[in-house]
This record gives sequence, C-alpha cells and structure tokens, in this order.
Amino acid sequence: MTAIHARSRPARTGSAPNRIWDATPLTKVVLALALVVSAFPIYYMFIMATRTNDDASEVPPPLLPGGRLGENIERLLNTEDAHFLLGLTNSAIISITVTVSVVLISTLAGFAFAKLHFKGGKILLGLILVTMMVPLQQMGVVPLYQLMVDLGWTGQIKAVILPFLVNGFGVFMMTQYTQQAVPDELVEAARVDGASTMRIYANVILPALRPGMAVLALLVFMQTWNEFMWPLIVLTPDNPVVQTSIAALNQAHGTDYVMLFTGTAASVLPLFIVFVAFGRQIVGGLMEGAVKA
Amino acid sequence: MTLHVDTPAPARPRAPRRSPGHRGSGRGGGLARFDLRATPYFLVSPYFLLFAVFGVFPLGYTLWVSLYDWELAGDKSFIGFDNYISLITDAAFWNAVVNTLAMFVISTVPQLVLALILANALNKRIRGRLFFRLGVLLPMITSVVAVAVVFTQLYGRDYGMINWFLGLFGVDAINWQNESWTAWIAISTMVDWRWTGYNAIILLAAMQTIPKDLYEAAALDGASAQRQFWQITIPMLRPTIIFIVFISTIGGLTLFTEPVLFDGNPTMAGGATGQYQTVAMFIVKEAFRDFDFGYAAAAAWLLFALILIGTLINYSFTRRIGGNK
Repeated sequence: MTAIHARSRPARTGSAPNRIWDATPLTKVVLALALVVSAFPIYYMFIMATRTNDDASEVPPPLLPGGRLGENIERLLNTEDAHFLLGLTNSAIISITVTVSVVLISTLAGFAFAKLHFKGGKILLGLILVTMMVPLQQMGVVPLYQLMVDLGWTGQIKAVILPFLVNGFGVFMMTQYTQQAVPDELVEAARVDGASTMRIYANVILPALRPGMAVLALLVFMQTWNEFMWPLIVLTPDNPVVQTSIAALNQAHGTDYVMLFTGTAASVLPLFIVFVAFGRQIVGGLMEGAVKA
Repeated sequence: MTLHVDTPAPARPRAPRRSPGHRGSGRGGGLARFDLRATPYFLVSPYFLLFAVFGVFPLGYTLWVSLYDWELAGDKSFIGFDNYISLITDAAFWNAVVNTLAMFVISTVPQLVLALILANALNKRIRGRLFFRLGVLLPMITSVVAVAVVFTQLYGRDYGMINWFLGLFGVDAINWQNESWTAWIAISTMVDWRWTGYNAIILLAAMQTIPKDLYEAAALDGASAQRQFWQITIPMLRPTIIFIVFISTIGGLTLFTEPVLFDGNPTMAGGATGQYQTVAMFIVKEAFRDFDFGYAAAAAWLLFALILIGTLINYSFTRRIGGNK
C-alpha cells in the first residue's frame, strides 16, 4: 500500500521553489565518505589475500594487489585443522536447504494469512509477530543442544539446519507481500472455477509471488550463511561451517593474516556475487519491506 | 493506504457463493467445504510445528532447567530460584551486563545519527543513485565473522592501520583489547560499520513516502532546509526510527560474534579480565565451557528480561521524537 506511494512519487520534481532536494557539496562529501568507509575494509581484505604476511605488517600496508593469491589459497586448503573446503560445502548445503524450506514454509503460511479467512488466523499471525522479538538462539541454546545430544545429532549439519527453519520474519514478509501482490478477485475467480486451495496456491499465488520470494531467499541465504554461534556450539571442529572454520583458523593461525584474509574473502565472495547480480532487486525489496514494517 | 480502504471487499462475494453452490453437489461440495475450512490450518502447520519444537519447547525447557542445579552429565537437583539469586550477586554476570549495555549504547547512538545523515544525503537528487545504495549496503552482506577478523587486524597494536592513522595525529599506539572502553569502541565500530548503511536504506525508504507537499508548503513559509529536516522529516520518520531502535536493541543485547573473534580464542572470556565479555558470551561460557546448564539457562532468562526492559525504555524515548506534533 505504502509502497505504491513510494513508486508513484515523482522522483524529480524539477520546477519546485524548494531547493532542499539539490545535492550540496556537503551531500557529495557525505556520500563519497560513506562509500570509501564501506568499501575500504572489504578492499583491504581482498588485497591482503594476494599478499604476504610481511606486507601485512608494513605500516602503512600496501594497497595494491600482490601476486600471492594462489600461494595463500594453497596454504589455506592445506591447513588441515581448519577443514575450510568442508566448511564451505557444509555452509552451502545448510544455507540452500534452509533457504528453500523457509521460502516454501513462508509462502504457504503467507498465503493462508493473507488470502484465506480462518478462525484464529489473526491470533496466530499476531503470535508470530510477538515471537519475532524473542532471541530464540540465545535463549534456547541449552535445551536445543540437549535435544541434539538426545537425538544423537551433534556434530551433524542437520542439527544446524532444523532450528534455522523457524523464521517468523519470512512468514511475516510473505503475508505482507501476498496481500499486495495477489488481488482477491484472482483468488475468488479461481474458486468459482472450482480450483482447490492447493491448486490456487500452485497456479495463482506462487507465480505472482516470484519477485518477493527471490528477495526473501536472498535475505535468508545471507543470514544462514553468516550464522556463527549455533554452529560453533553444536558442530565439532572436524565438521565445521565456513564461519566456524575461519574462527578455528583465527585461533590456531591468528598471526597468518594473509591466509586468514584469504579465507574470509572466500567466505564472502558467494554473497558478493549474488549481491552484484541481484543488487537492484535486493535494494528494492529491502526498501519496500521497510516501508511496510 | 488508499488501496487499503477497499481491501475488506472479499468478505462480500465469498458468503453467498459458499451456500448455494454446495447444496446439491453432494460429495464434491463437502470436499470443497472441508478444503475451505481445513486447508488454511494445513498451510500454516509446517511453521507452527517447527516453531513448537525449536521455539516454544526450548523456551519452556530453559525456564525449567534454570530452576535446577544441572550439570552436563545429567546430574540435577531442584534448587528453585537459587541460580537467579547467585546470578544477581555474581560480579562476572554484571560485568557482562555492563559491557553489553555499554557497547549497545556506544554503537546504537552514532549509528542512528550517521544513518540519518546518510539517508538524507541519499535522498537528494544525485546521479547513480543505485550505485550509492548498493555501496552502502555492501557491509551488511559481508559476514560478521569476516568483519570481526578484518577489523581486529585493523585494530592491531603494532601493525594495525587504525593506530597508524591515529599516529599521524600524534596519538600513541593503543592496545585496543587491553581496556574496557577501547575494546567497547573497537567492537562498536564493527557493529556500526556493518549496520549503518542498512539503516540508512530503511530510513531512505521511509523518507520517500513523506509527501513532498509538506516540504513545499514549509518552503513557501520560509522554513530553512534545516528546519524542514527537524520539523518534517524527523517526526515523519518516527515509526521507522522506532523500528530500527527495536531491531538494534535485540541485536545489540545479544552481541556475540564480534567480541568472540576480537579475542581470537573462543574461551568466551572476552579478554583477560572479561573487559568485553557480553551476556551472550557469558551464557555460552557457563553452558559449554563450564557445563553449568542451570546457571546458563537462568542467565538466558535474565537476558530476555534485559531485552524487554531495554525495548520498553527505548520505545518510551523514541516515542517522544517529534512529540510536539
């Protein structure tokens, strides 16, 4: 609803007497500074991944790429106690599984909350909103661990996957999105034609939700890829995710900065590729979601 | 908002269709009615099943465990509120609370101010707006672990770039890990670096929904750009600011990854004298380093209480923004 405002707002109203939309020199300074500050640590990380440790301890450090990337990668992969490749693979499996499941669960529930009228629906949706406030991970860490011990799942990636499937934000976002993206008339028309609820979900709802699903998928993937605390607790060092693998590197080889930075660079690269490819949609999705929340 | 007015409509066409259509159609009608009644519950059930197992159960169980002297091996004895009572008198716990609150304040306040400035700049007529928006979002997609590792190196005492930079202004090399307040600042900058751009984008989205007429009218009345910002923009952003503070409260009070990696060694101690141990680290340390599950569970509930109190306080503060309107 409000998103409509955002879109229809004339972005460039030229002739108005008010000059406050004009970029002043200060605006340009602020923006340039923001870009430099945002990009620098990332740039520095990638540069250091191509350098030697001697370079890293130069003051000030060199800011152009060197030629040691291959060597650093080799050392990273040969550091056996970090299991870096296994960590990358585990993170990919976990993040993809969680993303697909959360998007599916959220579109199902979102459809029900947004377009079907059922007893208790409002209360259930309210319940989800309230529980979004509870830091489940920190609060429930002891029982969740106990549960995984009882199931014999500690050290296995399914112990990481399952708790992350609870994502109230996903349901909330898909409810909002379905409300706005699918006209009620469309659902009604399908009903008149005799379509069952599941058929409507598959043939009417899902196609209309595709852009929203893409944004949710990206956000959930990012969030899951970045998880640190729970994997650190429930997994063992010989079967890590990429983040705990880096933490292990940091602990055992903390002074080998360039190898460490090679690892962190490799761990953010997949996210950066996705971000560059879908940047426009991500920004759009974030901004629309923000206005509705 | 305008669209919202006509959304209640679906109730109208639904009602009549249900009754006549199904009367004579026998089995199919019954099925259709069953579909209409039951399928919604079926659709929301996956979420709630998972939520029951991995949400409700852990919360309740944590409460139960917190009333026991519960060691790892399963030895347990009921001790009522003793865990809570010991916690309240535990200097280490309060140290973690103070650290957490300090870092929360040091990170959230500048973050919000910077985000407002940045959002305001992004809202101007500029070329390459998408480029700038993507640029300020870059930190958010960088993983926390990577941020912590890179910043910890930048904050290194001898070869860190930040000490080098400060040295240009005659500041002596700082051992950032050594003191509480230097560690707080270092860790807060990691949090701020990662989240300021994201908050700016959210604020920007909200800024764009403010009707331009308001500004035009104010300009005609001779209000300066500054005045327009304080009298129009800020009050209109109130819900968004509340939202951001709300999210920052939960994120800030459960801070974990940055301080853990700032230490370099996952004992969860947060420095030699716990100078940057947070409550989340305290919980993990009690549970998984000292294996005192009951104590950790009690600390988890106190953390939740802290979040509730923090949220309420922040809410009452932010509610006053532009309260004269």
